[in-house]
Amino acid sequence: MTLLAASKYRWGEAILRQLFFVCAFISVLTTVIVIGILAVETSSFFEEVSVTDFLFGTEWRPLLEPKAYGILPLLGGTMLIVVGSSIVALPVGLACAVYLSEYASDRARNIIKPVLEVLAGIPTVVYGYFAISFVTPGLRLVFDDVQIFNAASAAIVVGVMVLPMVASLCDDALRSVPSSLREGAYSVGATSYEVTARVVVPAALSGIFAAFVLAVSRAIGETMAVTLAAGATPNLTLNPLESIQTMTAYIVQVSLGDTPSGGLAYKTLFAVASVLFTITLVMNLLANKVMRKYQEVYE
Amino acid sequence: MKISPSTNGDSLGHRSASLRRRHVVASLFKALCIGFTLFAVSVLGLLIAQVGADGLPWLDAQFLNNFPSRFPEKAGVKSALYGTLWVVSLTALIALPMGVLAAIYLEDYAPASRLTRVIEINIANLAGVPSIVYGILGLAIFVRFFGLERSVLAGAMTMSLLILPVIIISSKEAIRAVPSSIRLAAYAVGATQWQVVRSHVLPAAIPGILTGVILALSRAIGETAPLIMIGALTYVAFTPEGPMDEFTALPIQIFNWASRPQAEFHELAAAGIIVLLAVLLTMNALAVLIRYKGTQK
Amino acid sequence: MINSENAVLEARDVTIRYGGQAAVKNVNLSIYEKKITAIIGPSGCGKSTLLRSLNRMNDFIDHVTQDGEILYRDTNLYDEGVDPVEVRLHMGMVFQRPNPFPKSIFRNVAWGPTINGLPGDINLRVERALKQAALWEEVKDRLDDSALNLSGGQQQRLCIARALAMEPEVILMDEPCSALDPVSTARIEDLLFELKQNYTIVIVTHNMQQASRVSDYTAFMESGALIEYGDTDQVFTRPKQKRTEDYVTGRFG
Repeated sequence: MTLLAASKYRWGEAILRQLFFVCAFISVLTTVIVIGILAVETSSFFEEVSVTDFLFGTEWRPLLEPKAYGILPLLGGTMLIVVGSSIVALPVGLACAVYLSEYASDRARNIIKPVLEVLAGIPTVVYGYFAISFVTPGLRLVFDDVQIFNAASAAIVVGVMVLPMVASLCDDALRSVPSSLREGAYSVGATSYEVTARVVVPAALSGIFAAFVLAVSRAIGETMAVTLAAGATPNLTLNPLESIQTMTAYIVQVSLGDTPSGGLAYKTLFAVASVLFTITLVMNLLANKVMRKYQEVYE
Repeated sequence: MKISPSTNGDSLGHRSASLRRRHVVASLFKALCIGFTLFAVSVLGLLIAQVGADGLPWLDAQFLNNFPSRFPEKAGVKSALYGTLWVVSLTALIALPMGVLAAIYLEDYAPASRLTRVIEINIANLAGVPSIVYGILGLAIFVRFFGLERSVLAGAMTMSLLILPVIIISSKEAIRAVPSSIRLAAYAVGATQWQVVRSHVLPAAIPGILTGVILALSRAIGETAPLIMIGALTYVAFTPEGPMDEFTALPIQIFNWASRPQAEFHELAAAGIIVLLAVLLTMNALAVLIRYKGTQK
Repeated sequence: MINSENAVLEARDVTIRYGGQAAVKNVNLSIYEKKITAIIGPSGCGKSTLLRSLNRMNDFIDHVTQDGEILYRDTNLYDEGVDPVEVRLHMGMVFQRPNPFPKSIFRNVAWGPTINGLPGDINLRVERALKQAALWEEVKDRLDDSALNLSGGQQQRLCIARALAMEPEVILMDEPCSALDPVSTARIEDLLFELKQNYTIVIVTHNMQQASRVSDYTAFMESGALIEYGDTDQVFTRPKQKRTEDYVTGRFG
């Protein structure tokens, strides 16, 4: 190959490199644009509604008179779901992980892990359906004043939805605890419970914590199951048997409706989305930081 | 300091009460873990049973071939199924190349610079952003700014953005798994970087990449919120003929039926779910097959 | 020969198999009270497997089968009614690589006695154990520090203290110095002379100099079989088997 042809070759390589770079850079662009859109529309929203009214107001009624723009009912609704789903997902997920990593035979593992993966792959709208067709009727059998749309049903199915992720991450965390640690614990006369619960789980704690934070983050961002099952009534309450509305369900409601774009009512969508985005971003950053720190311990 | 070893109780074989109690606790704990695991597994069984019981009676050729209707007996998923297939295919066409090329850059080309770090952090964060935020993004950019309206293309581009981080991450893993000895050998015979990647790294990584892409696409198939945000219609009585056509999708149809008060529509939703799960099952089976054949080499 | 009057542990016709392979073949061995018994041999000769069978640590490995008996005083450790957890109250173990718990120094030593409800003041017990392990002076002012902040040699002495805190009768050591530097190794070897006054010690080692320096009796194993067993002095200077002679003079292994 002549030197001239060779430099043309390198020129072609440079173009390819730029192309690949652009593809990778799109991720940064995406983040910038998301933050940009949310910021622009939200600040436009804050020209008409004060920040304190928004963040601390206890009434949310942006579409009907008398209008109110306090996000706490939506935030409360989301939190009810988060707490309820965590009660289901965290203990059960951790218990599954303990079983898989400390007790299960290889054969059992090879059955249960795929089952959990299937559970994780079921679309959220299916879980929403399960909530209204099975869980809510079930709850109404047991409790008296369960409304047709209620937070508890949604929380339970979101918990089941998030459970496989918790189990998988905790399983990874437990399995990376070196077996020499278990042996040391057994050698001083400990039972399997004492070794598992008092030595192994504490040793894997930061990985488990990261899993929990990620689970909460997913529950916060969950949309379809809560839209179907939890209701469309912004309601600041501690009672899970009542109908509520989460931030995500509100956003869906606005999109499905005929709210004119450009109006204040429409901008509420972005304001709520900003809160949602910020919370999940912070939680994910926290989880990633904890995971990195935890990986260092056993390197 | 001299300590004589205690005789630690009687000869072996006589368990003290406290030891017995500790063994009971250990057994209970193990049983608890197994119980919780069985609970998780049984929920899956319950879910499938519920969906099957509600939906199977409605599942027939007519259901697959009809458009949605006010009358449950006449309603079908044809438009939704076609819409889903259209969106998924377009999404694959857009997201696969972009994701794989980005992964190639990050694994084989990118210097260890601050910018690279920023890109990787971004990808990790984007993977955790709720899907509805992607819907907002799609609405503002593809529907409004690019003027694509409520088309299949807008839906596909939004979905691509949603699954791009996942594809990049799994492709990176697949590419990283290719042993560096292969790369080194190729460089040693004077190949350029792209030649090494194209002829040696990529072919070895393809099974892993494909598996990741298929799994990402199966996530996309089930996503409802972003499509609702960009305005995919909930009552569509036609199938898309081109990327600029309006559309609906299976999860949206399911959502629409499940939101209605009448019991028949709920059962239709269940039937739609069966179709959706069948599509997902096929895709996952394909992914498993590819992974299996990949490890056969 | 060795008189079997004060044998604490006795292996009779012990054969241990992983899957189909025999790692230990028909071993007959007695461990004597308050003596240090070394088990030496080339890699893979089964010495660790044999050691671990003495405190039922092989129970955790899948597909392990064992024939023969291991008697601790008069009880076969593998009898039906024997509780492995209880066995380990009598046999302490120190492992090849230091494996302290990711807890404080104090908790590391106190954990075993606490869950087993051993009597007496726990602080005293921890102090005694750390003194016996020759670690007390170095850590007495920082008992709440994480054990992972200690050096390798210190961590191993901590693991010894952890075993001693249980007041076992026998201490089993599986190549305890192989991951340590020579200075730490020497410190632990000195420790063994002290400990021998109160404990029966079985030490697996591939370091022949260590075995000849430290132990009273030496067992030489090869490919799962016990080739020779006797006074350390005799095994190293006047071995009865040719294989033994070849090994201790460095002709192989």
